[in-house]
Amino acid sequence: MSEHIPLEERKRLFDACMTQYKARIVICAGTGCDAGGSLDVFDTFIDYIKEKGLSVAVTLRKERGDIGISRSGCQGFCQMGPLVTLYPQGVLYTKVQPGDVAEIVDETLLRGRLIERLLYQAADNTPVADTAHIPFYARQRRTVLKLCGNIDAQDIDEYIANGGYMMARKAFVTMSAEEICTLMLQAGLRGRGGAGFPIGRKWDLTRIQKSDVKYIICNGDEGDPGAFMDRCVMEGNPHSVLEGMLIAAGAVDATEGYIYVRTEYPLAVKRLRIAIEDARRAGILGADVFGSGKAFDIQVMEGAGAFVCGEETALIASIEGKRGMPNPKPPFPAEAGLFGKPTVINNVETLASVPIVMQLGADAYAAIGTEKSKGTKTFALTGHVANTGLIEVPFGATLRQIIGDIGGGVMSDDGTNCSINLKAVQIGGPSGGCLTKEHLDMPLDYENLTAVGAMVGSGGLVVMNNETCIVSLARFFMQFTQNESCGKCVPCREGTKQMLNLLDDIIEGRATGETLELLEQLATTVKFGSLCGLGKTSPNPVLSTLRYFRDEYNAHVFDKRCPAGRYKAFNIYAVTPEKCRSCGLCAKKGPVYAISRNPAGAVSAGERGGLYQIDKDKCIKCGACAESCKFGAVAIEGRGE
Amino acid sequence: MNKVAKTRTAVIDTIEVAIGDERNLLELIRKAHIELPTFCYHSEISVYGACRMCMVEVEGRGIVPACSTAAADGMVVHTNTKQIRDMRKMIVELLLANHDQSCTTCPKSGDCKLQKIARQMGISKVRFKQRENFPELDLSSDAILRDPKKCVLCGDCVRVCKEIQAVGVLDFAGRGANSMVMPCFNKGIGEVECVGCGQCVKVCPVGALTPKYQTGEVWNAIHDEKKRVVVQIAPAVRVALGEHFGFKPGTTTTGQIVTALRMMGFDMVYDTSFAADFTVIEEGNEFLARLNKGEGLPLLTSCCPAWVKFAEQYYPDMLSNLSTCRSPQQMFGALCKEKLTKELGIPREELVVVSIMPCTAKKFEANREEFRTQGNKDVDYVLTTQELAVMIRERGIEFDKLEPGSFDMPFGFKSGAAVIFGTSGGVSEAVLRYASYVTGSGAFKEYSSLRADEGIKITEVAAGDARLRLAVVSGLGNARRLIDRIRRGEESFDLIEVMACCGGCINGGGQPVSEDRHTVLQRAKGLYDNDKMLQIHSSQENPYVQKLYKEDLNEHTAHALLHTEYKNRKRISGEEIVLSNQEQNARLKLDICFGTSCFIRGAQGLYTKLMEYVRERGIADETEFKVSFCGEQCKKGPNLSVNGKEIHHCTIEKAIEAIERII
Repeated sequence: MSEHIPLEERKRLFDACMTQYKARIVICAGTGCDAGGSLDVFDTFIDYIKEKGLSVAVTLRKERGDIGISRSGCQGFCQMGPLVTLYPQGVLYTKVQPGDVAEIVDETLLRGRLIERLLYQAADNTPVADTAHIPFYARQRRTVLKLCGNIDAQDIDEYIANGGYMMARKAFVTMSAEEICTLMLQAGLRGRGGAGFPIGRKWDLTRIQKSDVKYIICNGDEGDPGAFMDRCVMEGNPHSVLEGMLIAAGAVDATEGYIYVRTEYPLAVKRLRIAIEDARRAGILGADVFGSGKAFDIQVMEGAGAFVCGEETALIASIEGKRGMPNPKPPFPAEAGLFGKPTVINNVETLASVPIVMQLGADAYAAIGTEKSKGTKTFALTGHVANTGLIEVPFGATLRQIIGDIGGGVMSDDGTNCSINLKAVQIGGPSGGCLTKEHLDMPLDYENLTAVGAMVGSGGLVVMNNETCIVSLARFFMQFTQNESCGKCVPCREGTKQMLNLLDDIIEGRATGETLELLEQLATTVKFGSLCGLGKTSPNPVLSTLRYFRDEYNAHVFDKRCPAGRYKAFNIYAVTPEKCRSCGLCAKKGPVYAISRNPAGAVSAGERGGLYQIDKDKCIKCGACAESCKFGAVAIEGRGE
Repeated sequence: MNKVAKTRTAVIDTIEVAIGDERNLLELIRKAHIELPTFCYHSEISVYGACRMCMVEVEGRGIVPACSTAAADGMVVHTNTKQIRDMRKMIVELLLANHDQSCTTCPKSGDCKLQKIARQMGISKVRFKQRENFPELDLSSDAILRDPKKCVLCGDCVRVCKEIQAVGVLDFAGRGANSMVMPCFNKGIGEVECVGCGQCVKVCPVGALTPKYQTGEVWNAIHDEKKRVVVQIAPAVRVALGEHFGFKPGTTTTGQIVTALRMMGFDMVYDTSFAADFTVIEEGNEFLARLNKGEGLPLLTSCCPAWVKFAEQYYPDMLSNLSTCRSPQQMFGALCKEKLTKELGIPREELVVVSIMPCTAKKFEANREEFRTQGNKDVDYVLTTQELAVMIRERGIEFDKLEPGSFDMPFGFKSGAAVIFGTSGGVSEAVLRYASYVTGSGAFKEYSSLRADEGIKITEVAAGDARLRLAVVSGLGNARRLIDRIRRGEESFDLIEVMACCGGCINGGGQPVSEDRHTVLQRAKGLYDNDKMLQIHSSQENPYVQKLYKEDLNEHTAHALLHTEYKNRKRISGEEIVLSNQEQNARLKLDICFGTSCFIRGAQGLYTKLMEYVRERGIADETEFKVSFCGEQCKKGPNLSVNGKEIHHCTIEKAIEAIERII
């Protein structure tokens, strides 16, 4: 029997319950902070508070207590985790370890005093207590991520107390399917999975199909390396996804939904399942949604480790139990998708945005962003940047704002902050392209990025400093794509394999001018000839880096040199005559007898027999000589020590 | 109100083409006589869209694959822009880089699409790194040779086996550049459910799937002075072999074939149709007997070996419905070896019977254990139509210039009823002609309802005062659908003819490959025309058949030579393991099932205890203990059989009780 308590009543009960707590501790339990030990911090808090003779409640509605403690989803500031926020003060403590717990409870919780060493340090080393003043947070516009990190991800009532499911009820019970589609169209919400297709139009195309059964599928198969936006939403605010699916169901008259989550996200799977169970019990999912007489229920299905199953027709094949290979479109899923029925497939972030669009209203939502790209976008900011983590900004934000203001600047390999002296930013993962310094002030949106050969993609942003070899970056993404290619169509299956071979030739010094030419031609064939998005976009990293960093490619091909000094194949080891003491240790350690005494017997400081020198043709670049020289006389040419 | 329908048109390479009912843009382009090369497109199977050779540029839409794009009114299509040409060439280069390079020694050389397209595109160099290691040949099947080195992963075989034949032996495994088409767990196709129909061979554009050649063995036999080599030719071959030599499909070249075979060195040249007349009479009698008794209906024909294996695998409980008659090929082999060895005074081993068949499964059939007499096969070798063409060319014979010859007697004389065996509906028609004679309802008739070009033909005919319901099915997918309907009680028939290949033997896996759907119809017409040209049209009128029945065959010998048995093939491999010392005639024979369900219910524990018991009792020497895998009594497990008597839900106590009663 489901408890069909109305939403307003649930909110009232939750708010009332919250007033009993003198304080509340929210610990980030997103995967990043978890890896940093936040769950140990959580346990330590509970133990210590009990020791102090106070009562602590974990499941807030069910337990009474002096102090409430919750685990939230990802708070975004992953570089600074484990993160702990204390209410009512709203203080954020960073890099908290179990050893800090006692002090936090004694000083801040019980006496209201701040612990400076645990606060975020601003650029001028002043400590900042609340997130409103931390640039990382202040410069963002956390909309989809607003509740992520602030609520208990496993508590449906906290979601409802924050306005959750009100929009779903409105859509499902009071609005017509056509009205919902029109609203989305007016708001200009576009798919956040990468393609950027207008949601209103996609839903409308499905709405007009006549069928007894229609499906809503949430694509949670976030596979881009370095992307974790969808993971955070699913772990941190799973109900927002369910609500989005409900509204979508209302828009097209669907009765069943699937959430396809990659199996590498076990916490997301768990939280979604708990959320669905709770929603069923509350009468929000099931045979009689909100008492409307209409049915909608959702199942979670796990992927099986294939990036290609993020492509919509391959995902559908996977749910149907078939091999995860894409199919030609037409027919489109809107006409014939899962089990041949009209199907809407949307990305996690898209669906989580839907209730927010309705809350703000179409016009208010459309006021955010740029002319053609409305709303906000989450990005996973990673790479050589000071503040890595999960961020959200409106469309139209620039790289300067993201990397400089929010990200805190580019980091070089030795840990110095180089401000915005970056080499490139890879945006869009393996399907995306590079942006360079010349794009620092370009407003980021779908159209602008496509025009410069990149794409918004799912939102991965990898920042690279000047010590990065751009060819190796292209190779990294090409290897990923090659591994993940399903193997159905010739251009992708064979083409990515051969592109990888060509990149290896370039990196290992075997390439000629023809190699570059062939690489470009092959990239074009793969781009236009492949069957699905994986193949079609797989050459983008190569094409994009060729466009902006052709000199670097040329250096590898013609000079056999890697400007970033990354590739051993190009290192030329040489003896610095002034430093050589003729001890002969390098010649002894070298495995291929490439080092010998200079036969001309030139004068040297060591007198024992002349200077040593390295035969470049025999040298296998193992570096043993440089390592063994006690006088620092052997080094890679052009690189000093 | 009069509405004039505007013709929809598209412009393809500046030519205006009217759009009819073409299923996609590719068919429309081909209608405009532009041959776009493809690997993975076949009209009978689903659109796959993987080879990407059919890409074209559509104004306003960009580059699209023609096979999965619908033709629309007003479309302007360019099939040969520079970008598309470069792309197509590159795709072929990529395929060549992943392909085995031994063209000249490949059986498909000359007939291979990859070779043809590479030449068409003028490819002179493969600019990519060549693949180095390839998987091994699969020699496990009698009927089909699988060579993964040559696979271009077009998926045609996968789809034909799954969609048309409803067997599904082959599929993709592995991902990306490691994907391969293979049977389950990479076993050999001869080790899994493959029925040998060869439809995969027919659709494979390259040499990855070919018939298992036996030309070498046949040449050896011909050259062996100690052996007499005779050959029988199937009906379907005579209207198709000519296609290898420039003749139109359906042209009867029987005369030339006979001459060619004689030139090649065969001692006698016979006609399989002679034996088909026996098949008609035996099967006709069998049918009438079942009709009279009202038992064993529907009668399922049994001359198609792929269908027989299919039935043994998937419908073993209906094996008693299968006609016990052998196929014409096997009846021929049995009769021929029996008669000729006596006439020539030679032992069986010195007589070699070769058959020329449109069919790859016939190779499997000839090797069946049931078709040996004293260990010697009734039919020694089977050559497909393709192999015969290869041998003719090898011999240097200019086929189209040959003078016609005639079959040797008596095994070369036949009725028209026998010749139409090669097309779907032919066997039924032949049997009906005989049945109507026996029941006195008149002489030869033509049954045009059986001749339609459909996968499932259902008709009712009068025979005497009975009305018979007949179904004629071709294509195993159709067979499965029809039989499932019968098993659900939705339909019932008296006689069902099943041919594994759509359209019948004329469309067999060993026939010349043609992508034109009309080829099969033309071959069928050729056979019906043959029937018309012969002087006798019903099997019982064949005087040489009558003679053999009168002089050589009594009821006993007819049964031995002309009939056979079938076996349950539902469980393919690993049937039995013998666990203890096997006595020839052990007093105690135990057989325990170790299938998963019985195993989980404790079969192993039971086995261990039984072995202990048998040893303690001192009867280990007299006990034969076998283990088999799944006797399909899963719910009643563990299942133990003691001297043939089955004990379900067997416990050690029950087992001991049964054993004690025996000793």
